[in-house]
Amino acid sequence: MAETQIKNFNLNFGPQHPAAHGVLRLVLEMDGEVIERADPHIGLLHRGTEKLIEYKTYAQAVPYFDRLDYVAPQNQEHAFVLAAEKLLGIEVPKRGQYVRVLYCEIGRILNHILNITAFAMDVGAMTPMLWGFEVRERLMEFCEAASGARLHMNYFRVGGVAQDLPPRLLEDIDKWAKEEFPPFMDDLESLLTENRIFKQRTVDIGVINADQCCDWGFTGPNLRASGVPWDLRKAQPYDAYAEMDFDIPIGKHGDCYDRYLVRMIEMRESLKIIQQCLDNMPDGPIKSENKKVSPPTRGEMKESMEALIHHFKLFTEGFHVPAGETYTAVEAPKGEFGVYLVADGSNRPYRCKIRAPGYAHLQATEFLSKGHMLADICANIGSVDVVFGEIDR
Amino acid sequence: MDQALKELSEDLRLRLEGAVIEARISLGELILEVQRDEIQRVMQTLRDDANCLFRHLIDICGVDYPDESPRFEIVYNLLSLTHNTRIRVKLRTDEDMAVPSIASIYSAADWFEREVWDMYGVFFSDHPDLRRILTDYGFEGHPLRKDFPLTGYVELRYDDEQKRVVYEPVKLTQEFRTFDFTSPWEGMERVVLPGDEKAEAPEEDDAVDKAGAG
Repeated sequence: MAETQIKNFNLNFGPQHPAAHGVLRLVLEMDGEVIERADPHIGLLHRGTEKLIEYKTYAQAVPYFDRLDYVAPQNQEHAFVLAAEKLLGIEVPKRGQYVRVLYCEIGRILNHILNITAFAMDVGAMTPMLWGFEVRERLMEFCEAASGARLHMNYFRVGGVAQDLPPRLLEDIDKWAKEEFPPFMDDLESLLTENRIFKQRTVDIGVINADQCCDWGFTGPNLRASGVPWDLRKAQPYDAYAEMDFDIPIGKHGDCYDRYLVRMIEMRESLKIIQQCLDNMPDGPIKSENKKVSPPTRGEMKESMEALIHHFKLFTEGFHVPAGETYTAVEAPKGEFGVYLVADGSNRPYRCKIRAPGYAHLQATEFLSKGHMLADICANIGSVDVVFGEIDR
Repeated sequence: MDQALKELSEDLRLRLEGAVIEARISLGELILEVQRDEIQRVMQTLRDDANCLFRHLIDICGVDYPDESPRFEIVYNLLSLTHNTRIRVKLRTDEDMAVPSIASIYSAADWFEREVWDMYGVFFSDHPDLRRILTDYGFEGHPLRKDFPLTGYVELRYDDEQKRVVYEPVKLTQEFRTFDFTSPWEGMERVVLPGDEKAEAPEEDDAVDKAGAG
């Protein structure tokens, strides 16, 4: 019989695919069931955030950061306000720092719940997703109580946070952290960690070692799953993280299963940080007293002409940031989220480059998936935790 | 921290003789300005030298300064886990001058360089696959350049008759508004308002008047 030439098969994965976690078009070259080449086409959610920010004042730029990684908006806002504070050289009062850390950790839990449960659904487990969303809803209520918005908080401000927490909110969070959340974590773990099917789908899939992680620019839980104990909250602490006591979980194998485990333990560590924030929450102002940056309260405006003028100036013109540039990064739930901010002395950023962790992680899709089966690409994409809001910007 | 950065910058200045134009520390961050053609040597040294070990390429981005020449600045942000330091490497280029790609040194550079090409139209030589990345297939122009309008040139809509999406020139119902917020009160010393050119002369008269009154 004559030898037949078998051509590789090209497969379009997405742009609309439930396991793509958004709008990802993945052009796959398949040799039977095995992936030979994976070429992610991104940018389907590109909104030109960086260009828009160049035309907005510093205060108006904050909401754009909510819409990057819309799963954990708090952490993005944090990076931007820290960058602007660095250029302005202003100090945030202790209470403001604690509130920000508290909400950043809530953001981290929001993110990890969604990632773990969506990842579990990608590999076939339906229940965690349904349970997880109930818990996320509870957390979003805390966001709503503080800022009025469930999802896109727009709560952090240059110099602190927008407004003080309402009374009794801290007790509610405390009750949640002590009574409601730990049982959910145990349930989730009992569903997945020793689950035979889950382990078959994830163990030894998408292995990446520490050196390769560095080469591909991996940060966050994906880097830690490969055994590198690196966390910006410990290494380069910002705000009140230096005062917090928590551990950094690391993995051993750098496969999908370890990435899941690291996130799982990180949620418990986040809970520890939240508990410390609640226990040690200091009194005092929640934003900087610098009148040229922080707007006055409504009450002050009724009393003082100066306050009225400041309010008017801040909400029409905004504050001017002295010329300079900084790269400021935070440990977002997905990895290092950085803002490279160039100020030219005016009230608008001259350039605001957003470094999204998912961008580097998604880039390694081909590296992670080459030689794996088609079904494993869902596990890979799910486990590196991509959200297209931040990748496409 | 600052002391360590100072030593590192001195060390790099010597080691990368001829490549480094300027090394400075601003806001506690080390900035290295280098020659465009030397970027590969610089990156290789920064990655492998025992004093540096900047194994993580965090980010590459462009900045556009239309009034300067060459107009584009390419900024590389690096991170060293071993020494817990960051460094920022910068170089200047324009539309016609290609920047040597560092994708062979850092795998992560691939997409970051594609993004800079897409957004600013800066060409990277020896890049394995320099395609557009964030903008649409068939997009024209480089949107993050300062002379590219915020609204863009074309807009997209679904045409029900042709049963497909079509591009059309942007139609704005209201003119795009951008405000100049340079405060007239703070900039007064340099501005000569109409009528102010005579301001010098009466001052002498005033002085005489005052003297007379005294």
